[in-house]
Amino acid sequence: MGIHLYRIDDRLIHGQVVVGWGQPLNARFLVLVDDLVSSSDWEKELYRMAVPPEMEIYFADVATAVRDHPKYAADPRPGILITGDITSMQRLVRGVKAIGSVNLGGIHHRAGRTAKLRYIFLTPEEERQLQEVEAAGVEVTAQDVPSARSVPLAEVLEGESS
Amino acid sequence: MSDVKDTAPEHPRAIVIGHGDFAGGLVSAVGQICGMADKLVVLSMLGMTPESIEATIREQLARTGARVIFTDLPAGSATIAARRIVKDEPGLILVSGVNLATLLEFVFNTSVPPTEAARAAAERGKASLIVVGR
Repeated sequence: MGIHLYRIDDRLIHGQVVVGWGQPLNARFLVLVDDLVSSSDWEKELYRMAVPPEMEIYFADVATAVRDHPKYAADPRPGILITGDITSMQRLVRGVKAIGSVNLGGIHHRAGRTAKLRYIFLTPEEERQLQEVEAAGVEVTAQDVPSARSVPLAEVLEGESS
Repeated sequence: MSDVKDTAPEHPRAIVIGHGDFAGGLVSAVGQICGMADKLVVLSMLGMTPESIEATIREQLARTGARVIFTDLPAGSATIAARRIVKDEPGLILVSGVNLATLLEFVFNTSVPPTEAARAAAERGKASLIVVGR
């Protein structure tokens, strides 16, 4: 079992993660990797209350997640790991060679980003970071919910006309 | 990116926000049943970052003076955003898991402050979930 989904999603824990992916994967634990959230008791409680009782949630900063990844990977239960931004996932991928694929689940519009898919907006720097992740041997695809088509990174970067 | 309707009511008593067209559909049903959809502000969070969801709710609370927020899923982004706002602003009430029975009870209960009406409406909403058959 272990981690079945490595997801970048700026909403962190929300309906698509807990229900949309959590139910079909039968996820029983979540790893929220975020330096800010992991350092705040209030933030941790905020997200803990959003998780159904059958799911356990772990909070970690990136360095801790790299250190503890063998524990997550060996967990007999299926799990989901989430970062809120590309930089955190890239740092994680650099530290954990066992990660084979990364899911782009939601990176929404803000200044400097351009639309790639309905739910993916990227800056040029973020595009470059994702290409680096893929060049390291990690498959990068975009897919907001399990029933949607998994879109390869190259196609994502071509933009909305793809 | 927000979906505040052009015909947003002048004196609404609550904000309704959720996934997809959930809020609009629910408030539309309130309007169809009792004609009191103008007591509610509809917001959509489609395509929005967590920060913009929170900012949009704050803007609408400030604009309307509403003190109640209804959301759909406890794990939803709107609920997370609303919980941050409630933490900052004493006197606000958040009800997650809203359904039609909750909203109907809320809009009709004008004899008490909206926050009190929201608490009572939540109880009515819970009681409206029934299972029939075997």
